[in-house]
Amino acid sequence: MKKLIALTVNGQVHEVAVEPRQTLLDALRYDLGLTGTKEGCGTGNCGSCTVIMDGKAINSCLVLAIDSEGNNITTIEGLAQDGQLHPLQQAFIDESAIQCGFCAPGMLLSAKALIDVNHHPTEIEIRQAIAGNICRCTGYDKIVRTILKQTATGKEQCHA
Amino acid sequence: MIDFQYLSARSLSEALSLLRETKHSRLLAGGTDLIVQMKDRRANPSACIDVKKIQELNRLEWDGNSLHIGAAVPLAKIIAFNEVKNRFNILYQAMSLIGSVQVRNRGTAGGNICNAAPSADSPPALLCLGARAVIAGNNSQRILPMEKFFRGPGKTVMTADELLVEIEVPTPPPHSAGCYMRHTPREEMDIAVAGVGSFLVLDETGRCTQARIAMGAMAPTPIRAIEAEAGLTGKVLNHDLLEKAAEQASLEARPISDLRASMEYRREIVKVLARRTLTNAWQAASAGGVKSK
Ligand SMILES: Cc1cc2nc3c(=O)[nH]c(=O)nc-3n(C[C@H](O)[C@H](O)[C@H](O)COP(=O)(O)OP(=O)(O)OC[C@H]3O[C@@H](n4cnc5c(N)ncnc54)[C@H](O)[C@@H]3O)c2cc1C
Ligand code: FES
Ligand code: FES
Repeated sequence: MKKLIALTVNGQVHEVAVEPRQTLLDALRYDLGLTGTKEGCGTGNCGSCTVIMDGKAINSCLVLAIDSEGNNITTIEGLAQDGQLHPLQQAFIDESAIQCGFCAPGMLLSAKALIDVNHHPTEIEIRQAIAGNICRCTGYDKIVRTILKQTATGKEQCHA
Repeated sequence: MIDFQYLSARSLSEALSLLRETKHSRLLAGGTDLIVQMKDRRANPSACIDVKKIQELNRLEWDGNSLHIGAAVPLAKIIAFNEVKNRFNILYQAMSLIGSVQVRNRGTAGGNICNAAPSADSPPALLCLGARAVIAGNNSQRILPMEKFFRGPGKTVMTADELLVEIEVPTPPPHSAGCYMRHTPREEMDIAVAGVGSFLVLDETGRCTQARIAMGAMAPTPIRAIEAEAGLTGKVLNHDLLEKAAEQASLEARPISDLRASMEYRREIVKVLARRTLTNAWQAASAGGVKSK
């Protein structure tokens, strides 16, 4: 039976009617039309469904929508501000850290969750933070280098 | 996933009465095991009882004598707790290896042991540290040593109307140290083909007063290598003794062949891991080991 819940996504509260078995991923994509969050494996292995919940990167494919009431959720659609891409998004484009782009929303959110609490991460910290995000195209090096470059001392705007 | 009822328990007593009142219900913590099983239809509960909002299950505290890990505390929070890293390092090592950041942000300590996967990473470390499970049932509570907790793949000794409240880990004595290592085909995000925890306590003179070796993915449940441990207790350690203990541990393993590895390979790799973890634990304990109280 469907139940009405309130989901807080990118600062906005949405009322959604969900079945208990609906995942947060499905509610985002099909009820809210936020299709930037991708479904790869559906089992927690690929990270393409990563969103930030209360400051932490999580796999939205393994969380029930009904279990997400009252949490603050940030999806890839929430990164740009006033039509301006987040510096990390722009850097991914400028540095060609994106090929097909399927992994990018999850990669960016995992990276953002890291740099929100660790402004100048080391390469190892970056690699650990995105270890749950699979990219089949870039070979990771460009992604890691882009995040490293963007968070190097002097680039404070990234975690604004 | 088939349809089910979602119930969120606000207190321990509410969770216990929901368990009693609902048939075929399952407790839900981080869901990183259960939701996957429900998607595969390996688990088809008629109700999920969410335990994440229960206060007692969210405790994370070191009181000098013991570390108290509430069953619903996420793994990421446990490894970020300095006392765990400083005083219960083997547990820190094991939990840091579980899944990815995303999995550790949701997955809990309780879920890891209650799911009872023979390959789970935290049980060998918990066995090494002599941890206990605090279980609540109908008007009662029981405390069990970790050795008695597991019954087989996916099975624990808890009955359908019980739930895990917390894991209690006694503070390791001075001059002790542990080490956990696992072997996986991929470095990150893979299930252990073998996992070994070793934990040694030395006295002032360097003699071993207690040895624990625990193995994952080597039997239907996580197990200790009792004979191998006995070969070290009371002895002044050297590389030869550690090598013999590692060989003995491998003989005590009862591995199976599956798609991840053959029985023979598992038996070989467990010996290597036992030797490496024992060596690391010995070196760390000789260097002073964990801080005393
Ligand atoms: C991509 C991925 C990678 C993973 N990698 C690893 C790994 O490297 N090592 C590893 O060990 N595990 C791994 N896991 C498994 C899983 O993440 C862990 O076992 C995790 O700790 C489970 O916790 P949870 O809170 O998500 O459990 P849940 O899925 O919520 O619950 C698991 C089981 O425990 C029961 N349960 C939960 N809480 C209680 C309670 N308080 N009392 C009684 N029963 C309870 C549930 O009913 C269920 O049967 C991985 C999982 C995924 C999806
Ligand atoms: S779709 Fe969620 S981790 Fe792959
Ligand atoms: S760019 Fe194609 S999967 Fe990463």
